[in-house]
This record gives sequence, C-alpha cells and structure tokens, in this order.
Amino acid sequence: MEITRRGFLKVSGAVGSGIALSGLGIDLRPVHAYADKLNKMNRVKASKQVFTVCCYCSVGCGLLCSVDKMTGKIFNIEGDADHPINEGSLCAKGAGFFDLTEANKHRLRKVLYRAPMSDKWEEKDWSFALERIARLIKDTRDAEFVTKNAKGELVNRCENIGHLGSSNVDNEECWLMSVKCRALGMVYIDHQARV
Amino acid sequence: MTNHYIDLKNSDVILIMGSNAAEHHPIAFKWILRAKEKGAKLIHVDPRYTRTSARCDYHVPLRSGTDIAFLGGMINYIMQNDRWFKDYVVNYTNASFIVSPDFKFEDGLFSGYDAQKRKYNKDTWVIEKDARGIPKRDMSLNDPRCVFQMLKTHFSRYTLDKVSSITGVSKENLTRVYEEYSATGVPDKAGTECYALGWTHHTIGSQIIRTMSIIQLLLGNMGICGGGVNALRGEPNVQGSTDHAILYNILPGYLKMPAASLDTIDKYLEKSTPVSKDPQSANYYQNYPKFFVSFLKAMFDDKATKENGFGYSWLPKLDDGAHYSLMHLFDKMLAGKVKGLFAVGTDPAVSSPNTAKVRKALEKLDWLVGENIFDNETYQFWRGPGVDPKKVKTEVFLLPASASMEKEGSQSNSGRWVQWKYKAAEAPDDAIPVGEITIKIMAAVKELYKKEPGAFPEPILNLKWDYTDIKGRYDALKVSKQINGYFLKDTVIEDKAAGTKTEFKKGQLVPTFGMLQVDGATSSGNWVMAGSFTATGENKMAKRGKDDPTGLGLYPNWSYAWPVNRRIIYNRASCDINGKPYNPKRKLLEWVGDKWVGDVPDGPWPPMADREKGKYPFIMKQDGLGALFGPGMAEGPFPEHYEPLEGPLTKNPLSGQLINPAIQIFSGEMDKTANASDKFPYVCTTYSCTEHWCSGALTRWQAWLLEAMPELYVEIGDILARDLGIRNGERVRVSSIRGAVECVAMVTKRFKPFQVEGKTVHQVGLPFNYGWLYPKDGGDSTNFLTPTVGDANTFCPEYKAFMVNVKKI
Repeated sequence: MEITRRGFLKVSGAVGSGIALSGLGIDLRPVHAYADKLNKMNRVKASKQVFTVCCYCSVGCGLLCSVDKMTGKIFNIEGDADHPINEGSLCAKGAGFFDLTEANKHRLRKVLYRAPMSDKWEEKDWSFALERIARLIKDTRDAEFVTKNAKGELVNRCENIGHLGSSNVDNEECWLMSVKCRALGMVYIDHQARV
Repeated sequence: MTNHYIDLKNSDVILIMGSNAAEHHPIAFKWILRAKEKGAKLIHVDPRYTRTSARCDYHVPLRSGTDIAFLGGMINYIMQNDRWFKDYVVNYTNASFIVSPDFKFEDGLFSGYDAQKRKYNKDTWVIEKDARGIPKRDMSLNDPRCVFQMLKTHFSRYTLDKVSSITGVSKENLTRVYEEYSATGVPDKAGTECYALGWTHHTIGSQIIRTMSIIQLLLGNMGICGGGVNALRGEPNVQGSTDHAILYNILPGYLKMPAASLDTIDKYLEKSTPVSKDPQSANYYQNYPKFFVSFLKAMFDDKATKENGFGYSWLPKLDDGAHYSLMHLFDKMLAGKVKGLFAVGTDPAVSSPNTAKVRKALEKLDWLVGENIFDNETYQFWRGPGVDPKKVKTEVFLLPASASMEKEGSQSNSGRWVQWKYKAAEAPDDAIPVGEITIKIMAAVKELYKKEPGAFPEPILNLKWDYTDIKGRYDALKVSKQINGYFLKDTVIEDKAAGTKTEFKKGQLVPTFGMLQVDGATSSGNWVMAGSFTATGENKMAKRGKDDPTGLGLYPNWSYAWPVNRRIIYNRASCDINGKPYNPKRKLLEWVGDKWVGDVPDGPWPPMADREKGKYPFIMKQDGLGALFGPGMAEGPFPEHYEPLEGPLTKNPLSGQLINPAIQIFSGEMDKTANASDKFPYVCTTYSCTEHWCSGALTRWQAWLLEAMPELYVEIGDILARDLGIRNGERVRVSSIRGAVECVAMVTKRFKPFQVEGKTVHQVGLPFNYGWLYPKDGGDSTNFLTPTVGDANTFCPEYKAFMVNVKKI
C-alpha cells in the first residue's frame, strides 16, 4: 500500500480521536497500539529508504535508513532484508544503530577547544580551528624537520607529529588521511589495524 | 579473510580458535551455524567457555598464549598419522624445496641470531637453486633437507605429552581435535579456521596464524570453498584502512614504505620487485613498478615526472629496520619528542596497552586534534583521574564528525567486499565528514606553505588535492575514482593472448590493475582497487545483484571484491593440476576447454599441468607455491612455541628460549614486567562483549547498550574465587606490576584451572570496553594492566596473556 503524506496525517488524526474517546470509559488501548504500529509502518513506507553499512565489526551488514521526506531526518534504521550476508538480521549493536544518529544527545555538534592550562572546553567555529591547526602543523613540522638521519641518508621526515586512526571511517577518507600524512613527511602513522 | 563470510556455510569442520564469534561477530556466526545444520563439526578452542563454546560441538580450554604449541602438536599428528593431502602438498607447496645446509635450528633458536640486537640475520634461511636460478626440488619428499622432512622433524618435538603440559589441554582433547580437524585432508572435505584478536594480540601472533596456514596447506584447505584461514576482523573498515595504509610500514595497496638506504626510485623498485627464473611461476609482483609509479601519479599528478623519479624523493624514508608503531609513538611522546597528535575516530587513552604510560605521554603534547562523533578519554586526558588541568599545556581541538550514515562512501568488510553506502541525512549542526575535515586542514596547510617559506615544502605544494564538489564540500566519489585510477594519456592496451587491442582515452578510468603503466601513463591511488569502476565510470561497489550462479554464495554481482572481484583467493588451488575441481560437490572453479569457469580465477593462465603456458596457483608468491618454509618472518621460517613476555613459567618446556627472541623489549621507567612472580600469580586475558565495541567509545554513549552491559567486571573461576574468599558481585582490585583497575567480580565456571608443567595455573579475564569519562563509576581502562610489547613482525600489542593479582577490596 502506497501512502501519501496526506493519508499519513489522516491516520494520525484517527489516533488523536481514539485517545479522546477513551475518556468515555471505552478501552481503546489495543486500537491505539495498532494505530501506532500502522503509523510507524506507514511512515516507513512513505519514507526515502537509504542503504548504509554497519559501523561496528567487519561483517559488513546492510541497513536501511528510513528518512522522512519532509524533514530529511532519519526516524528508523533496520537490517536490509535483501542483503546477502545479514538477510535483514542484526546484532545488538547493529539493532541500536539509530542511537548513533543526531537523536543521541551525546553527539558532538560544535567545534570544541581547550586552551593550555584550561579546565574546560570552549565552543569555537571552523575557521578558528582550521587556521590554528594549520599554524600548529606548520610551526611544529618546520621546527624539527629531519632532512638526514644519523647515517647521513636523505630521509625528509616529520617525526614530531603522530597520526592515529581510523578503521571506523570510509575508504575514501582513509586514503585522504594516508596521503596527507605522507605529504607532510609523517612516519608515526598507525591505527586500529594494529590494536 | 582468504574467503568470505557466507562461505563459512560451505565448511565441513570449523575450528574457532582465537575468536568468540557468537558474541563478537553474531551475523558471521549465523553462517557458521548454517554449516552445522548441514552436518559440519564446530570446535571451539579458547581459554574461556563462551556463547561460541555453547553452540559448538565441544569446547577445549587452553592456556592463553600457547596456541603455537597446540597447533604444532596438530602438525606433528598430521605427519605421524599421514593425514596430509599428498597431491596438493607435492604440487602446490614448497614442501619439495631443498633448504641450505647452513640453515640450523638448535634449542629454540634458528641460525643467524644476534642476541644483542634481538634480531636474525636471515642469510642462511634460504633454499637451494639450480644453475638456472630455479629452486631445487625433490618431488619424492624424502630428501632429509627438503622442506617437508625438516618441517616434520621440527614439529616431532611437539608430542602429546609435551603439548598437554604446556597448554593445559588434556591429551584426550588434543587427540580429538587433531583427529577431527585433520580428517579434512582429503579432496572432498573442507576445514576452515576462524580467528580474531585472540590470535593477533600476542608477541607470537603472526606465527600462530602461520602455523595454521601450514596446517591448511598440508590438508589442502587453502584456496577452496569452505576452507582458508579467516580473520574475523573487528572494525567496520579495518580491511579498507589497512588497504589504504594508515600505517607506518606500508603505502596504499601494500606497497613498501621506502627505506633510507634506497635513495633513488630505481634502487627502491629493484629491491621491491621479486624476480623468478621459473617460467611456471606467475610471480605477479613483477608488476610492482607499475603499481608504485601509478600511486605516485595519483599523489602528485603532473608534478610527478620520469625526470624527477615521479616524486620519489618527496616521500618520507624510514630508517632501515626501524619501527614507528603506536607503541613507539607513545614511547617517543613520553620522551617529549612528539609534539602534535591527530586522534581520528580512536580512543588510545583506553585502547592502547599500558594506559598509565599512554596518559602520561599525552600530557607531553603541545597540541592534540581529535575528530569523532562522541567525546572520549583521549580528548579529555587533561582532566582524567589524577591529572591537574592547570599543569597541562596541551592545546586540544575536538572536531565534530559525521556518523557513517551521514556521508557517502565505501567500506570494505573482512571478506574484501567493498560496499558503497549513501548519505541518509545531514550531520547535526557543525559536524562534517572526516574526509572533509582532512581536506580542509590540509588545504589550510598548503595555503600557509604557499605564503611563507618552510621546511621541504615540495610534497605539500605538489600534492594533488582537488577532492571537493562545486560547493566546496567533500566529494567521496571523486576520491574513489582517484583511488581506482585514470588513464592520464591516450593508451592502447594490447592483449597478446586474445590478439586484441583496445584504446583508452585520457581521462577514462582504468578498468583493471593489469592495465596500469610504468611510464606515468596511468594513475591509481591504490592498485588493488583499480577495477572498482568500469572505464566509463560505473561504480561496481554499488552493485546489488543477487544472482549466485555457482550456488556457493559467491554473489559476484553484489558490491565489488578486490582483487578483480575474486571472492576466494588462491582459488586455482581448488583444482588439480589439470584444472579439475578436487571437490566436484563444491565446484569453485574448473578449466573447461581453454578457460576457467566459476569464480574470477587467480590469473587467466591454464592449470600447471600445461608445462608451457600453465602457472602455479599461488601467484603472489615469488615461487608460485604455498610457503611451508617462510623466511619472511622475523622469528624463523618455521613457527616455534615461546612463552608470553609475562607468564607463569620460568622455563620454556620446549627449549632454552623462554620468550620470542625477536621481539623488541621496551625498557623505560614505565615498562615494568613481572614474569612468574608470586605477587602476580594469575594469567590474565582481555576481551569484548556483544553490546560494546572496542574501547566502548561509541557504545558507552548509547543508553540501550550501556544498560545491557553497564560496568567493568573480572571473570574469576569458582575454584580460585573460593580460595581467595571472593563472592559473586563483590568489588575487587585487579593489578599487574604496571597498574590496577577496580571492578565487580563475576564468579563463574567458564574459567577452569589449567595443569601446566605439573602446577595448577588459574586464569582470569576482563572486558576492555570501559573508561572513566562515561558512564560515571563504570570502571576505567583494563589496559592499565597490559604491557608495552608486541608481535615481532607486526607490533600488535600483547593484550591476551600477562600476569595479575586479584584482591577483594
């Protein structure tokens, strides 16, 4: 059944009047629960389905995010029944995938900065962070850049900056970080593949 | 993985050792149970009884860190009872090679050991070659110096009595596992092994995996459906992040990081490109220069020219033999030599070994840049337990990142399936993808170097860095195509075998790595991924075809598997030398007429019975054969049992070498160890649980998961708990010589004491998912207990075997 947003609002209205009627002493809870389920089901049907891959272990289970076409928000995530590996099923972590979206109040939303000797975070904007980080990278790298090693061999290394992570980001992001580190001459480069 | 997750259903015997698959890879375990439904035997070997054990046919408890002894005993059993698969071993492995007479093994040490440097000179670890430079072979396998006989002699010391005494496994259990697993050494049976961090997290981790590889080669289980040695890896894109080499020792596509002694690209390529004189060895890495030059072209584009060695001098060079791993990084940081750190999607203040050392080291930083979706103990180290923020000079940036469903891009699973995923929603507020953060930071650095003089600016200024869309936002597709690679000029590709010529235009994508060029005519950011797009730009990673023509679950049209969409690597070894499948019931590949039918074969060549055009099956090996003798390893061409750095014994029951002779010993003030000490009498190991993931840095912030697994605990066997007067649920302190954690005691029957060298040895275990930041009172990092020491080849830290004490608080 294809449902339009208009139809969806009608279903919501029916639920509203159901609650009102319950004031007359008629137990409408089962009806209410059914309508709730229908509500969610219809919302899923009316939503945009977006394929993603689980972000925990390396099995690569497929998930479908239901995105409300009006608000652009994800309101449900479940296993992709068409996926040949997980066939719709998920483990405890995968089943809780929705709690990684912005619905989780602990998500980081702003650039945070902690000044030397300070005991707190301060909110900053991206331009402050990018400008300051670039300055620190350049000054640190320039101060102790190693052109030759103890044997006098040409090494062109930046030994005083390290890079850790991440096997928890996409391939394209990994590749960018990998070449960025090499262009800077960094050698202390490692991530979860080793730990 | 040599195979892939669904393929686990095709196995007849599944040995799960070094993994708790049911709890940590539940969906992978579904495929293991599918095998069981069809009659497969499941065996679980692990120090602890877990939910994996509960679903297996039986569980065999083994003392942490003694896996090589256990598996070495299996090799001995296979040899003594003639369980090896003769046709496979003779034709497809280096069993017949003759080892140099100078190669020796004595009292736990191979020839060439330098005790001062704790390193081997490998000059004697060589095989003999004939006048043409081809390895000498004795196909009868009777020559006492052939690999087969030397392997047999080496492991003859691993008797049932000896192995039982080292591992604490009863002789009955040993025989049962050896008997059942080695029954797969016949053409129509498949045995597979599933491991995880339970094998890699040891000072001898790589050699444990090699011992299993030797078993799989002896039994003909490599390259077949339902076979292989399968790492159930623990992170969503750890395959991809390794492929793309966010690691000190390799470049994308497993290319070697240049060493300082190789000062020109010619010297580097000569050293990195193997040569084989045997016409039947494909020696696929002879193409190495094409992959490397194409990588430099992807990095530096038209700035990389033949004249400047394609920018080889712009890459940093590692000192020969030196290592720069996470443990080395924190060692240098503690010494004040590392001033800045990026910590992207990671929480080393919880996850790195020897937490006290790591957190002290972080205080020495001038600056720290964190990128993540949640806060964690690393980013807030400056106000961690016992730290006075007013004394910490570090400038810290915590940059908000998009979660995985808030960005487009690809992820590679452990079975090498690279799957394309889509952006479902915008990230909250100021959060952006890590890719975009990386692009913006580096663009700002490039700007500074353009404006001001600075040290060695060439690689920074010459780096190709145009990976944004017209709105200036991160464009994953653009990066992905750069990783695949392009034709940089009009190029004609000639296929001599097929007698065809195909012309590609400048700007087209390279449809397979076989077409990469050595002269700079192509780029490829990572050669193993060349072919993830068609020449006209179709993204194969996004494929969702569900057809399964072999019926074996290969799903060739679902996503893209590197290399060249091959689902099971070394698959030519599933057929005999005439190309007929060893197991007609699970026909992975077959030579029909003049071509291979089935999975994408490991190269197009005919099977090796064709002495003129045929090739051996292990095409990535210089000699084309599976290596029973493996001189590439740091501690010897044959595996050998050594005790963990910290263990219950003062003497190795097999030799005079107590610990792995090739591991690096860190000897700073914070690197104490206590072997066989009365103060720390219990073996300890660490692990995860279903509800949390790694350091818990993502899962502890999720109410549902946290409620299910709220706080740190230590599992203690009921016999030990009774001796110590500890009751279930009481608070205890677990300590090693390096540090301590306080937690809840979980008294259990899942840990049983071991009988080791005539003594009773108890083992305990803790999860590693907790940290002080959140939840409050959930317990701090288990890694306060673990030592700074790692595998001799990989520097994977030892998280799985060390010594502790447990006391009631």
